[in-house]
Amino acid sequence: MSDPRWSEALAHLPDYLGNHVRVSVAALALGLLISLPLAIVARNRPVLRGTLLGLASIVQTVPGLALLALFYPLLLALTALTAAWLGFSFSAFGFLPAVLALALYSMLPVLRNTITGLSGVDPAVLEAAKGVGMTPRQSLTMVELPLALPVMMAGIRTAAVWVIGTATLSTPIGQTSLGNYIFAGLQTQNWVFVLFGCFAAAVLALVVDQLLALIEKGLRNRSRGRTALGGLGIAALIAATLVPAIGRPQARYVVGAKTFTEQYVLSALMAQRLQAAGLPTTTRAGLGSNVIFDALAAGDIDVYVDYSGTLWANQFHHTDIRPRAELLSELTTTLAKQDITLFGELGFENAYALVMPKKRADQLGIHSIADLASRAATMSIAGDYEFFSRPEWAGIQKAYGLTFRTQRTMQPDFMYAAVASGEVDVIAGYTSDGLIAKYDLVTLADDRHAIPPYDAIVLLSPRRRDDEPLKAALRPLLGKIGIAAMREANLRASGNDASSSPDAVARWLWEMVGPR
Amino acid sequence: MPATPLIAYAHVGKSFDNGRVVAVEDVSLDVAEGEFLAVVGGSGSGKTTLLRLANRLIEADRGQIAVDGEDVSRIDPILLRRRIGYVFQSGGLFPHLTVADNIGITPKLLGWPQAEISVRADELLDLVRLDRAEHRERLPHELSGGQRQRVGVARALAAKPRIVLMDEPFGALDPLTRDALGDDYRTLHRELGLTTVMITHDMTEALLLADRVAVMRRGKLLALGTPAELAANTDAYVGELLRTPRRQAERLGALLPRDGAA
Repeated sequence: MSDPRWSEALAHLPDYLGNHVRVSVAALALGLLISLPLAIVARNRPVLRGTLLGLASIVQTVPGLALLALFYPLLLALTALTAAWLGFSFSAFGFLPAVLALALYSMLPVLRNTITGLSGVDPAVLEAAKGVGMTPRQSLTMVELPLALPVMMAGIRTAAVWVIGTATLSTPIGQTSLGNYIFAGLQTQNWVFVLFGCFAAAVLALVVDQLLALIEKGLRNRSRGRTALGGLGIAALIAATLVPAIGRPQARYVVGAKTFTEQYVLSALMAQRLQAAGLPTTTRAGLGSNVIFDALAAGDIDVYVDYSGTLWANQFHHTDIRPRAELLSELTTTLAKQDITLFGELGFENAYALVMPKKRADQLGIHSIADLASRAATMSIAGDYEFFSRPEWAGIQKAYGLTFRTQRTMQPDFMYAAVASGEVDVIAGYTSDGLIAKYDLVTLADDRHAIPPYDAIVLLSPRRRDDEPLKAALRPLLGKIGIAAMREANLRASGNDASSSPDAVARWLWEMVGPR
Repeated sequence: MPATPLIAYAHVGKSFDNGRVVAVEDVSLDVAEGEFLAVVGGSGSGKTTLLRLANRLIEADRGQIAVDGEDVSRIDPILLRRRIGYVFQSGGLFPHLTVADNIGITPKLLGWPQAEISVRADELLDLVRLDRAEHRERLPHELSGGQRQRVGVARALAAKPRIVLMDEPFGALDPLTRDALGDDYRTLHRELGLTTVMITHDMTEALLLADRVAVMRRGKLLALGTPAELAANTDAYVGELLRTPRRQAERLGALLPRDGAA
């Protein structure tokens, strides 16, 4: 426990846990509000029952991360509609999509168990309820629901555990959760964070499950004390998570970061500069690539670092490749149309590059991608989750006629070790990655310019276009961060010790590049 | 017999499965106030359907049923059921409610004050000869079959009905318990001035308890009368039904001579 990362993790706990509880409870409450009446209505209607259970099962088969990610564009489209027709818009970012997706996710166990519980009630008992003079509603509330309760509660408990577990995946769509530990920890190889996040989520799930079990026992034995105790526990949990939210001053500036090490470091650096300038700032780290740009355009975040080639190819769907300067000026114009400010370049490029161990490349006489072409058919390649679906990959394949024996996707931080150990022959790495030097790897030359330039650029949201204090705070970073400094920073951040937290590395980086 | 019967069936018919299964066919039957009527028949004879038509647990297709002179189709079925006691086969108690709450359910539905319901539950426990203190707060699964059926009877009587319908109430009990419960109920019937219709497949039970016995077969009312009148009936099926009690009586008479040692 002497490791300062534990105390750093602990310092984040009120914020992460609070958000996690709020989003989980809201999702579960919404899920119950929808599922319980639906289940009751559907219990005697076989067609409706089958349809509902089928739909809920389909939802369940969608991976949690994908379901969460899908809700973001959906809500974005919806808010555009409401803005156009009804004159108001809402944030499609963070809380709302997370609650909706998780609520949907909670429906299957609640629906299934409620329907099973209700249809499991002895027909003789139902007949008796009718015979003593109960109305259908009285039969439901006085007989059927109480008898189905244990099965229903089992479903609700399952749903609660699922929702709390899956809520860790809401980090990439901008909802702070205990998943922030896990995403940040995985990216920066901070295993303390990963463990802390997993452990906290598990403990939370267990506590909520036991509180619900207490309520269930109380209801079943008609013991008011137990029911009240369980209810009180849940209420206390919610209240405890609301207190820090009320006490904290509202942050005005939000810095975004995607899900890789460099982004964590750069967002920490920008947040530190803003705070040093007296601007209250918070960070939304671990956002999905597809989410972050829309979040900026919608004003959900104020500033983040993107890469010119990424925007060029992914956001604006260009397939041609332009020289650096031309591409940047074109981007500036295109972004300005969306009222987004391309504030400037940081000074380094984080391009995709095909990477091999230096030794092996020398042995085989491979120095450029063109050299690779003749041997690729016997080689394997690994890339990150998006690389093989990106236009750059299609461009490289086309320009050099590359076909590999196998291609695999990997967690970016594991790719370098994999290529160094010979597990794969080539990886699609990032030029600014510190591990290139660490593992003695070499980037292969792209003589035919198949890979577009990837200058790191700072983007500002529409409402920060003319925000002078913000610009003044970030201006000292522009053009100052060279590739060597960034590689070193990334290498430090990927270390597994106390000085490797994004905050610590950002401070080091500022010492390197800041004015003396 | 008074001029208006308390329950009157007039040309009543009921079929299920879109007319494919005829359960009750053209039955006319009057039950007088204070009468104990047993309806006897094999399974599928329509006897249970006939009983449930009276409190509209099942709706008639044809004919008319009157309770206390009122056409039941014009009465709110919920209110009708609350004023008619109903004893279910093997109790039909609510497994999640205590004995007292089971007994008090219809008064509760009728909106009686809680204190009054509680007093009434105790009265009824006395009436069906269950110890108040011992049974009041128990759950149905903690009772024996006979005790459960006593609670079932108490529940049927809770809202002080004039009519009690019983669906094979003692069928699942051992012979001793069954005999004791039958006798006890007969006493209650007389003392409370009830009108009772009881379904049974056991002719002996019917003959011993009821004032009159109705015999149902294939949905039709085959015979109706006092035990003596039934004995005079020439129908083969009625004769067959009476054979068992007769033989039992003869054998018991031979085995247990009256002048034997007590």
